[in-house]
Amino acid sequence: MNLIDTLLRCLGTLVAFLTLPLVIGQTEHKVMAHMQGRLGPMYAGGFHGWAQLVADGVKFAQKEDIVPAGADRRVFQLAPAVALLPYLVVLLVIPVGPNGLVGQAVDAGLFFVLAVMGIGVLGSLMAGWASANKFSLLGGLRTAAQLMSYELPMLLAAASVAMAAGTVSLTGIVEGFHWWWLPWQAIGAFVFFTAGLAELQRPPFDMPVADSEIIFGAYTEYTGLRFALFLLSEYAGILVVSALTAVLFLGGWHGPGPDSLGWLWTLLKTFALAFVVIWLRVTYPRLREDQLMKFAWTGLIPLALLQLALTGIIKVAIS
Amino acid sequence: MRIPGSGLAKGLAVTLRTMTKKTVTAQYPDVQPELPPRTRGVIALLEENCTVCMLCARECPDWCIYIDSHKETLPAADPNARARTRNVLDRFAIDFSLCMYCGICIEVCPFDALFWSPEFEYAETDILELTHERDRLREWMWTVPPPPAHDPAAEEPKEIGMARKAADKLAAAAAAAADAAAQAPEAPGGDR
Repeated sequence: MNLIDTLLRCLGTLVAFLTLPLVIGQTEHKVMAHMQGRLGPMYAGGFHGWAQLVADGVKFAQKEDIVPAGADRRVFQLAPAVALLPYLVVLLVIPVGPNGLVGQAVDAGLFFVLAVMGIGVLGSLMAGWASANKFSLLGGLRTAAQLMSYELPMLLAAASVAMAAGTVSLTGIVEGFHWWWLPWQAIGAFVFFTAGLAELQRPPFDMPVADSEIIFGAYTEYTGLRFALFLLSEYAGILVVSALTAVLFLGGWHGPGPDSLGWLWTLLKTFALAFVVIWLRVTYPRLREDQLMKFAWTGLIPLALLQLALTGIIKVAIS
Repeated sequence: MRIPGSGLAKGLAVTLRTMTKKTVTAQYPDVQPELPPRTRGVIALLEENCTVCMLCARECPDWCIYIDSHKETLPAADPNARARTRNVLDRFAIDFSLCMYCGICIEVCPFDALFWSPEFEYAETDILELTHERDRLREWMWTVPPPPAHDPAAEEPKEIGMARKAADKLAAAAAAAADAAAQAPEAPGGDR
């Protein structure tokens, strides 16, 4: 019984991991198109191009898998997996609904999530280093620099919410949530979400893959399925960051209606945040590398520290 | 005072507003475009109007109009008259692989034998097929739209202006005559 239960949970997570990023990708196609006055994909699948990403996947699968002659073969081939798998693992511990509706409840969930998400960036770094291409290397190093700068505010913001809840278990944090946490943790939510965007290298923080400067950064030399995996990891990343922000700062499954509809609330909040991710991409131009660093160190980190202090003061005041 | 971040918010508002508006994408193969009547798609020939004056072929900057003709003698209708000759068109072709759609041939035609048609879907896989012969050019005539109405603010066409001037003059003359006729009987007792 226990084994079947575990298997079912893993399967559910896997299915979510394979479908939700595609839904986000398709939403991005359509939302971005309409925000630019276009229609987006209209043919694939017949109805408003719903199967566009499936068609893309088939196309990628047909392409030749090329490893550059000068590349570090093993590392080069391993990099997409390293980039993609951490998000799957993170997805496993994100609580979706009350009463144990979670892939695997981990007591130190917040630590686990933040630690594993850091590994994802390692994939880009490996790809950049192993490609034997100066643009890839530049992209990889920019990724690393960005990770260094943005991991800190992200961690501080997460620490603030953990402090408020008095636990680092994700399920515990959601259970401790009250509506007045929204204004209380607003700065933290902003910092966490922005830093998450930056870690995903999403526009406007996509300097590591700035096509006008360094082609496609660390992914320049990749083709076919491996390239598709990198793209998929980006969308899985959006899903994970949106879900985490929803769970930590927006109260996860809390919302009007019975507890049994909790999973719907989590999903709704996640997709609302994913929409914001897309919206920001369409709206803002790319930040320059120095602006990127400046924003993290002089903008987000002081804000995160301020949030931490605020959380501490109020926590002491109400206890 | 400008609120910090108001520019960022404005940017977000612009994209969101655009998303709710109608898109501008033309779904061309599925939906035919709405072309204005003066669209320069293809040149149509109304060969009944053509007198083989060769003006179009000579004015064409690309020399892409080919005209062949011969003279035909019409027997005199009246025994005292001379026999008339007239030009008969043998070939009229426009090579659309050379044509640059300047429209000079249409402008220059004194007999209104050439017209613009908005049709544009006549791509071919062989460049030789782009030379449209007279029968094909004649077929395009059926696609020529009626000329658009004049702009309400536009200058009046010359012939209408002239006709109106003549009519006004006539009306004025008639009115003057009527006036004179009406005043003539009164003239004797004018000092009353």
